[in-house]
Amino acid sequence: MRTYHQLTDPDRSGLADQIGAQRKRVAERLAGVRRIVAVMSGKGGVGKSYVTAHLGRGFARAGRRVGVVDADLNGPTIPGLLQVAQTAESPAIGIDGVKCISMGQFLDEGSPLAFKGPSAESFVWRGAMEASALREFLGDVEWGDLDVLLLDLPPGMQRYIELCDILGNPPAVLTVTIPTPESRDAVRRAMRAAVERGSALLGIVENMVGGELRGTAGDDLAKEFGVPVLARIPWHPMPDTWNQLAAAL
Amino acid sequence: MKFLCVECDQQMAFGERQLPGDGTLAATFKCPKCGRVVAMLTNPMETQLVSSLGVEIGGRTVPAQPFEMVNTYVTASPAWSADAQERLARVPSFVRGMVKKIYGDYAKEHGITEITPAVMDTARTELGLEGM
Repeated sequence: MRTYHQLTDPDRSGLADQIGAQRKRVAERLAGVRRIVAVMSGKGGVGKSYVTAHLGRGFARAGRRVGVVDADLNGPTIPGLLQVAQTAESPAIGIDGVKCISMGQFLDEGSPLAFKGPSAESFVWRGAMEASALREFLGDVEWGDLDVLLLDLPPGMQRYIELCDILGNPPAVLTVTIPTPESRDAVRRAMRAAVERGSALLGIVENMVGGELRGTAGDDLAKEFGVPVLARIPWHPMPDTWNQLAAAL
Repeated sequence: MKFLCVECDQQMAFGERQLPGDGTLAATFKCPKCGRVVAMLTNPMETQLVSSLGVEIGGRTVPAQPFEMVNTYVTASPAWSADAQERLARVPSFVRGMVKKIYGDYAKEHGITEITPAVMDTARTELGLEGM
């Protein structure tokens, strides 16, 4: 019996072509984006979204055209941080003129992300649904010309891996940590994974500095990966803090 | 995905796709030599898995629309009417979360946007949840 590759007539479904068309759509949509930066961390609760939103505002205040993709589909916080009302506009325009797209725009207030579909064995398809949503956020938003597009990633590496696949190239990575050794150890794993995937490490933002959280995570990671600590964000940062971080990038 | 008529050693041609509306999918393929037709039938989970990739078996008949997947598949949790909430509140607290999820899942699967006592009665009968 012949095998798949021995059947030379085209596959009428053209699934590979359909996937290729999706990739092309993303590439075309992002053609006007000069720089894509993924803001990530291996750890939750370190302030990635907070850093992303305020960094975006810092860029915008410096006259840069900036967009933010809230890739935390299950815990979207960017609309709140950028003061975007629930709107179907894509992109929505937040404070300081930062463009953004977030699952928060599609969900009722307080509602968890849920997909229509068979509830049994939903783990089989839910991940693919989330990856498709991320692809649509990148490929279906009229971003226009941007100087920088920031991607606010959720904790863990899954969304980063999906992002690499969708973009075709690994994005540059800005890493956020808090000072503690626990954060350092979790973030180290994420940074190693990013390096293995081929992402350029732009540097480290150490958040929540100067309070009860003790440690040297920022310096430790900077030394280990040979990247700079771009900012140490105190508990009550001033706009200048973010302006300086934007300038450093 | 390709289908081979083993007897004729011929690649089968895609015929048609049917979506019966119960979450399943049927696609037919025909051998160009002997005319034999076979149908590929997928269960709701398999159908959903393919749909979640944003692709269509048999090829796209219309171009992809912006936010097609998000607009089609993302769903808000069903709302609870006041009297349904009252009834839910009478369920013992240690099982209330589980009961709420059961009714919520039922509503989502049936495209119900608001859970009312009538919906709870129907679900209870269909799911065999007497007493909840």
